[in-house]
Amino acid sequence: MTTIGVLGLQGAFREHVRSVEASGASAVVVKRKEQLDEIDGLIIPGGESTTIRRLIDKYEFLEPIQSFGKQGNPIFGTCAGLILLASEIDGSYDVHLGVMDIKVRRNAFGRQRESFEAHLDIDGVADDFNAVFIRAPYIEGVGENTKVLARYDGHIVAAQEDQYLACSFHPELTDDHRLTAHFVGMVEEAKKALAL
Amino acid sequence: MSQTGTDRVKRGMAEMQKGGVIMDVVNAEQAKIAEEAGAVAVMALERVPADIRAAGGVARMADPTIVEEVMNAVSIPVMAKARIGHITEARVLEAMGVDYIDESEVLTPADEIYHIKKDEYTVPFVCGCRNLGEATRRIREGASMLRTKGEPGTGNIVEAVSHMRQVQSQIRHLRGLSEDEVMVYAKDNGAPFDLLMEIREEGRLPVVNFAAGGIATPADASLMMQLGADGVFVGSGIFKSNNPEKFARAIVEATTHYDDYKLIGELSKGLGTAMKGMEMSTLTPEQRMQERSQ
Repeated sequence: MTTIGVLGLQGAFREHVRSVEASGASAVVVKRKEQLDEIDGLIIPGGESTTIRRLIDKYEFLEPIQSFGKQGNPIFGTCAGLILLASEIDGSYDVHLGVMDIKVRRNAFGRQRESFEAHLDIDGVADDFNAVFIRAPYIEGVGENTKVLARYDGHIVAAQEDQYLACSFHPELTDDHRLTAHFVGMVEEAKKALAL
Repeated sequence: MSQTGTDRVKRGMAEMQKGGVIMDVVNAEQAKIAEEAGAVAVMALERVPADIRAAGGVARMADPTIVEEVMNAVSIPVMAKARIGHITEARVLEAMGVDYIDESEVLTPADEIYHIKKDEYTVPFVCGCRNLGEATRRIREGASMLRTKGEPGTGNIVEAVSHMRQVQSQIRHLRGLSEDEVMVYAKDNGAPFDLLMEIREEGRLPVVNFAAGGIATPADASLMMQLGADGVFVGSGIFKSNNPEKFARAIVEATTHYDDYKLIGELSKGLGTAMKGMEMSTLTPEQRMQERSQ
């Protein structure tokens, strides 16, 4: 069976576990870097990106997650997770994992009172996806191999680059598991390819 | 088409704080220390609860200058406290763009009977509770997040433990009740019936419940997480300790790895003196902040 890890340092990781299980894969909460050996794909959840980054450093996750991805294992970042995946962050010299060729802007839609729900057309996933944006970032620019999956108000809010998937909203907060299922599909394919 | 201020957006914001520590700060410098230590949010205040206790008199919403200064200093969410029932303080904080409002018994209540009708606001609210009756009333008024009341500014965990255990135990009890028994339970606890039915079905509250009011050490934070808290608020505990930077980092780590006792042992070494703390029996009934709302 395909096993997907959810980075459980801080944030909404239990909701991702529920969503992965509803999509037919098994899920484990990852709190130690050694656990990366036991999983086929990784989800980096929403939470506070600065907090998660501090804990990633503290528990020496940075390099292990980078090599996990470079070996071809899929990684899905939502909200704070998207910020952690990005190769460039607007207004900051600080890059976290830097594995995905995207430039992000933090809290791009404003503070909490500007947070919102909206329906999105996500290319190849759903044309009526109820997306929850909470102090969300958006993607300002993508590299030439990065495919834009969804936009809101002209801004890129979901993208995919090979084994990396990222979105600025929270698919785990609703009962619509189609985006998670799309990621589970990516992991299953990667698992087959890596087994050859 | 988009919608702001929905339940999902307001409750979701609190979901993102789970497993994290929210720290009380009184200026930009403390806010930066908190953010650097890994806090998921800061609570901007004029005084920490221990100093509010010491100062006496009427405690009100903080000077907006302090809140603004903290908002400008950090990129993590900023919370601020309004007095219970003080509609205008809450609206002012909302207009300033504060990310979360704590309708808090730490401040002197503005209304002895009514809480703010929080579902009318775009900004989400957190409220304190000691039992399932208080928890469900606050949720029905529109609170998107709960916390134990504990006894703020005492550095004594005993009341927070009691409030967390009480809520958890009532949820377990509720699960075993039949529908007609829930009706009587609703009446006895002053709790909305339909909300109780929902909690009985799900086996949990529909919003996150953090621990607050008396957390002074990394071990205290771990204890509250083990009792089922979704995260912790630390008020006076950090900046009333000898070494706030170290203390703040240790509390964050103990919250993440709350069941790793070897680690918590390591974290607790040489932390310096924690805040002094107060024994509950030394407080007069008027000094018990938790009694300020029902």
